[in-house]
Amino acid sequence: MEFFVISLLNGISYGLLLFMLASGLTLIFSMMGVLNFAHASFYMIGAYVAYQISTWLDELLPGTGYWIALVVAPLVVGVLGALVERYGLRRVHKWGHVPELLFTFGLSYIIVELVQIIWGRAAVPYRVPPELDGSLFTVYATHFPAYRGFMMLVAALMLLAIWLMFTRTRIGLVIQAALAHPDTVEALGHNVPRVFMLTFGGGTALAGLAGVIGGNAYVTEPSMAALVGSIIFVVVVVGGMGSLGGAFIASLLIGLMQTFAIGIDWAPIALLQSLGFEIVPATPLYSLWSLKLSQVAPVLPYLLLVLILVLRPKGLMGTREG
Amino acid sequence: METTIRFAPIDVGRWFVWGATALLFAVLPLVFSSGFAITLLSQMGIMVIFALSYNMIFGQGGMLSFGHAVYSGLGAFFAIHALNWIGSGQLWLPVSLVPLVPLVGGVFGAVFGVVFGYVTTKKAGTPFAMITLGIGEMVFSASLMFPAFFGGEGGISSNRVVGEPFLGITFGPGLQVYYLIAAWCFACMVAMFAFTHTPLGRIANAVRDNPERAEFIGYNPQRVRFFVLVVSAFFAGIAGGLSAINFEIVTAENVSAIRSGGVLLATFIGGTMFFFGPILGAVVFVFFAVALSDYTKAWQFYLGVFFVAMVMFAPGGVASLILTNLRVMKHRLFGRLRDPYAGVLLSGLVLLAGVVMVVEMSYHLTLNFAAGSRMRLFGFEVDSAAPGIWLLALGVLAAGALGFEVMRRRFAREWGAVQAEIEERSRREAGV
Repeated sequence: MEFFVISLLNGISYGLLLFMLASGLTLIFSMMGVLNFAHASFYMIGAYVAYQISTWLDELLPGTGYWIALVVAPLVVGVLGALVERYGLRRVHKWGHVPELLFTFGLSYIIVELVQIIWGRAAVPYRVPPELDGSLFTVYATHFPAYRGFMMLVAALMLLAIWLMFTRTRIGLVIQAALAHPDTVEALGHNVPRVFMLTFGGGTALAGLAGVIGGNAYVTEPSMAALVGSIIFVVVVVGGMGSLGGAFIASLLIGLMQTFAIGIDWAPIALLQSLGFEIVPATPLYSLWSLKLSQVAPVLPYLLLVLILVLRPKGLMGTREG
Repeated sequence: METTIRFAPIDVGRWFVWGATALLFAVLPLVFSSGFAITLLSQMGIMVIFALSYNMIFGQGGMLSFGHAVYSGLGAFFAIHALNWIGSGQLWLPVSLVPLVPLVGGVFGAVFGVVFGYVTTKKAGTPFAMITLGIGEMVFSASLMFPAFFGGEGGISSNRVVGEPFLGITFGPGLQVYYLIAAWCFACMVAMFAFTHTPLGRIANAVRDNPERAEFIGYNPQRVRFFVLVVSAFFAGIAGGLSAINFEIVTAENVSAIRSGGVLLATFIGGTMFFFGPILGAVVFVFFAVALSDYTKAWQFYLGVFFVAMVMFAPGGVASLILTNLRVMKHRLFGRLRDPYAGVLLSGLVLLAGVVMVVEMSYHLTLNFAAGSRMRLFGFEVDSAAPGIWLLALGVLAAGALGFEVMRRRFAREWGAVQAEIEERSRREAGV
């Protein structure tokens, strides 16, 4: 029970973090048709910028650094993203989607190297602020960290903000319209390239926000982009390309699946033995039977991806076959 | 529609090109005979096969894959196990059959092409790209899970000098391995070029350009993509088998996303729309990865910047740069471009010098600070912590960037005018 509750909460907080990333990616994809390969790199920049701001400001005004970084770092990342769109992506847009994808792919190479040039190759000490360092509550004997609760709160607020923006504001409606019929929207006098730039900037700002709150919950290091990058692509495909709701379900599913699998030491060998089979190291495929679920955890999202593609090629909530 | 029937029993030009290529392969190690040059050439040969096999799906079939190293890497693992079995006598052979080991890699590459291709080729375009990325990550994580076969973190090592020598060939010396790689490279180049002319190769182009119309004339695009992928995986496996022989070690890195990304970079830099593009790209890539990495730790940064610059300014790659300039020369208009070219190149060099100074000094400051702030830059000894040198570097960078932007605009204007004139001429010649 204790394991179940803690894993559930950890899984949800990890899943929500994945969703913060996947939502920006989905937004950019459904809007511009561009798969932003560098999305996780913007997540990484968010974490590093937040680390830098909080260390600078904590010397001037102790205790404020993290809270200012929480607001400023996503803005910095969003501006960077908008600049990338304006001076890079827009230039290759005329050649189609593959050059756009390749552009962001090359960008992810450059960003990793730039991060290493500026901050070095080792992990930086980006820590949780002292106000959030304690435990939120205790289940039996295990503490649930307050910071995890804070992550969930920020993600939920962000979700609400996106939803309100899309359905209740003018710019949200223009974005939705530009998503469906860009030519018509342009004919009505809206500056569609600028809407694209804002969307790209907004999507990367969301990734930056995820970096600010994810960087200190996990580790801020140059490999953090690659670590989460391929998982969010799995989320987007499993949820259905371009579907925000699907991305939400898929993020939670993958977050829970990985968190639970890491904690379970069960292996198929136990089942086979309880059925009366004798399994010894000489048995064929012994290394397969003796694999523990916790060892298999890193592969599970990709297995889910393959399974979904075979059974339901358009994804959980997708509407189009690619 | 072209209805001309040409009678050409022997294509002299083509025989000449292939003959010259074979001669070049044979002569290269005699010209560049140092040990380092031989290793460089061997790696280029392997990369040429790998990049060509990648271009078979990317350039010819329109499938952008982020997981092509899966096929070469798994092929390499099976090849190195075959090599070890020959060595331990489990697989008895009368003479050294090392030259055939890459074939093991090729066959298993194709087998995995069938397995994974069945899933991936259900989709095309961007979803295909994301799924291949997922499959690549899956194989990479799984490879760390089965240490008995993949050797865990350390990988599987081997010894390529096995079996009885045949005519004194042991494949111990690097030169013999180079010739083995060169022979395979040449054979694979011919085979892959021939593939572009088969009905399958042709219909792959149709599926790339317009899958719907290909379907209307009776082809299943999904199946076409699948077959092309399997053939491509076979050649990728051969490249993997050759790398197993060349390095005598295969690690999980061989199936990683780094390798997959590398072959994509190489192919795109070379140019995907021409058969010889990936060959140029492989040479440039190996130069970056092997030669440049000896001089600077930031080689991946330069490679990334070079790649992004190619995507933005020359999406046809080096191959199309060469061909469009040849076209300008053929129309005797190159004189008009000479001055703009000189301007762009000179200002580009200044910009490059500025970028290199800033990047190298920053890298030195963050990574080698323990060794002191003094470093060598362009042959000069400088203090990377001194403000003076930083002012100079930033000045060079700013001047280079400004000059390059001005020169680039001038060049783009002139280039556009020249291209328009060439098109005008050919339109007049066609009599329209």
